[in-house]
Amino acid sequence: MVKMSGAQALVEALERQNVEVIFGIVGGAILPIHDVLYDAGIRHILTRHEQCAAHAADGYARASERPGVCMATSGPGATNLVTGIANAYLDSSPVVAFTGQVNTFSANSSYMIGRDAFQEADIIGITTPITKYNCQVKKASEIPRTVKLAFHLATTGRPGPALIDLPKNVQTETGEMEFSENLEVRGYRPKSEPHPIQVKKAVKLLLEAKRPIVLAGGGVISSNAFPELLELAELLMMPVATTLMGKGGFPENHPLSLGNVGMHGTRAANKLILEADVLLAVGTRFSDRTTGTLDEFCPDAKFIHIDIDAAEIGKNVKVDIPIVADAKETLRLIHQLSVHQLKQRENSPWFNRVKEVKDHFEGENNSSDCYLKPPLLIKELRKILPLNAILTTEVGQNQMWAALHFDTHKPRTFISSGGLGTMGFGFPAALGAKVACPGSAVVDLAGDGSFRMTEQELACSVMEEIPVTVIVLNNSMLGMVAQWQRLFYNRRYSAVELKSVPDFVRLAEAYGAQGVRVGSLKEFSEAMKKALKSEVTTVIDVPISPEEDVFPMVPAGKGLNGTIGG
Amino acid sequence: MIYLMKEQNHIISTIVEHKPGVLYTVANLFRRRGFNIESISVGPTEQSDLARMTITVKGDERTIEQVVKQLNKLIDVIKVSRLNPASIVTRELALIKVRALDTKVRSDVINYADIFRARVVDVSSESLMVEITGTSDKIDAFLDLMKPFGVKEVARTGITALSRGVKSIKIE
Repeated sequence: MVKMSGAQALVEALERQNVEVIFGIVGGAILPIHDVLYDAGIRHILTRHEQCAAHAADGYARASERPGVCMATSGPGATNLVTGIANAYLDSSPVVAFTGQVNTFSANSSYMIGRDAFQEADIIGITTPITKYNCQVKKASEIPRTVKLAFHLATTGRPGPALIDLPKNVQTETGEMEFSENLEVRGYRPKSEPHPIQVKKAVKLLLEAKRPIVLAGGGVISSNAFPELLELAELLMMPVATTLMGKGGFPENHPLSLGNVGMHGTRAANKLILEADVLLAVGTRFSDRTTGTLDEFCPDAKFIHIDIDAAEIGKNVKVDIPIVADAKETLRLIHQLSVHQLKQRENSPWFNRVKEVKDHFEGENNSSDCYLKPPLLIKELRKILPLNAILTTEVGQNQMWAALHFDTHKPRTFISSGGLGTMGFGFPAALGAKVACPGSAVVDLAGDGSFRMTEQELACSVMEEIPVTVIVLNNSMLGMVAQWQRLFYNRRYSAVELKSVPDFVRLAEAYGAQGVRVGSLKEFSEAMKKALKSEVTTVIDVPISPEEDVFPMVPAGKGLNGTIGG
Repeated sequence: MIYLMKEQNHIISTIVEHKPGVLYTVANLFRRRGFNIESISVGPTEQSDLARMTITVKGDERTIEQVVKQLNKLIDVIKVSRLNPASIVTRELALIKVRALDTKVRSDVINYADIFRARVVDVSSESLMVEITGTSDKIDAFLDLMKPFGVKEVARTGITALSRGVKSIKIE
């Protein structure tokens, strides 16, 4: 037992979790903690908006597999975190958020919880549906256990965000702290070992399959199952299609890689997945963006579904062999059992079919006009960036072009807002990723609409010396919405025109970053190489055609065989 | 791929941490996922740090499976069981205020109450209050009988339930 204040206990508890960085913004109700942080060994990175603190923590977590930490004051500070927390929740990212709160009790009794005090917001009520766990601490002595619990819950099982709300008087009051307490959580026992009978059934089905296919989701990456998936796919000669969250879970230069499947999936992936007789789905929740309309999704296939979250099994599709377990361990066991029973599959008709379909769709997107084509730029970018470089994206056309054309070969090198689809995520996430992996080049592939939503973090990036590169694919439009209006709303461009405001080059310079505009692939290549060597953040503005569409595309509500364009 | 099953009532019994906010978390889950609560009753258990929530949900098989799985995900929910209707005892309590202006009506109400093993618990010059306990069907039937007299107010607790036999849910 040690006597200290709640704020001191919090910082001590964070140090015991090996937290090195906190992204946040200070404010009245969190002052006692920032006062302790002034002397502590933890780096506090001041973002310019709390939403970005949460996104940066999220990017940090996804790049490094360590939990990301963000902090905000009560009221608007806390509510500004909400989009970032929801984003982390939908993409199962381990973010731990701390919020200040008004007093639980006060001599000046109008400044306390329940009295609508200044900057009071019910952040527990607000974040209950978007956190794996949240809790308001009522006594300083509860802080060590609560912090330990939040990190445990955020990082184990299916990862997800946790939030701890800290009333100001709890931060200042002194208590007896017990840090070594054992953590017994009777309502939480995530299962990691698969049931052996289910594994056997899966092996039998896979070995009998004529046209097996893997659908790899974000679970492959969060469970670090990259090597196991590669080994199993090669053993059984199974092609692998990934969801947006699964991108990076399988090397995209591999002959068995089909790339992304879904609304903006590759032609090959969307075609072949419908021909499968067995679908091995790993760590995916069968999102509508992945499956298209469900009654046309894999009509002839039997489904094996591995997921650590039992609630995902049977939520969207009916599964033949459910396996509730860790993806890494399960894939290892399936491989172990299959390897003894297998005949060589190298020249199977299915593998030849995969090759045929992939070759057929190779080398698309070769039209040209006066603008720089995003697919070509992204392929050039891939050539310039080293394999361990991290690409983040915003949301919209930039994201789908990246998913289609940026071949990703390593896990945790493609970071994107999949579930919530948060415009403005990419830039702060890039800052978080750069802090987590200072040795890697980090690039945010942005659109002009998205970048404008969080561009103020150029200040954070310059002041905190976190150099990244932002590529703005600038069509002066909210491009994806404009694409839908072009295709489905008779070109009625309602509320999508951005008219090239602001000038991104001058904007970057105003913040003390570098800005450059490029008009050709050659200019881009030069600017990009220079940016990689730069010690400050570079914004590369790339004017592109406002008429440019992302193809192929499956219109909403259609099956994967309804692919249009490209 | 699409489940087609008919909707019916299911009783789910959960043991939860007995602390503030847990009811909110559970109710919020039902709201957010679009599950319908027919009734919910909450109270302490034999262990002072645990509470039991008995939730009646309307839905098809697939919905109920999701309800159970989603409840299981909540950290403060410790145990979730679907009760098998064939081997449970369910009870509900209702207080019913009936208009009773004359002695004929009063004696009728009292007679019906006797038949249903209900009790009159309050009398005023214009009304009687009846307390009745039993299965929901029994209470429905009694209410139907009372309707012609004029039911002024009803308060029902919702179903609470336990499995029959020696088996019990024990939380360490």
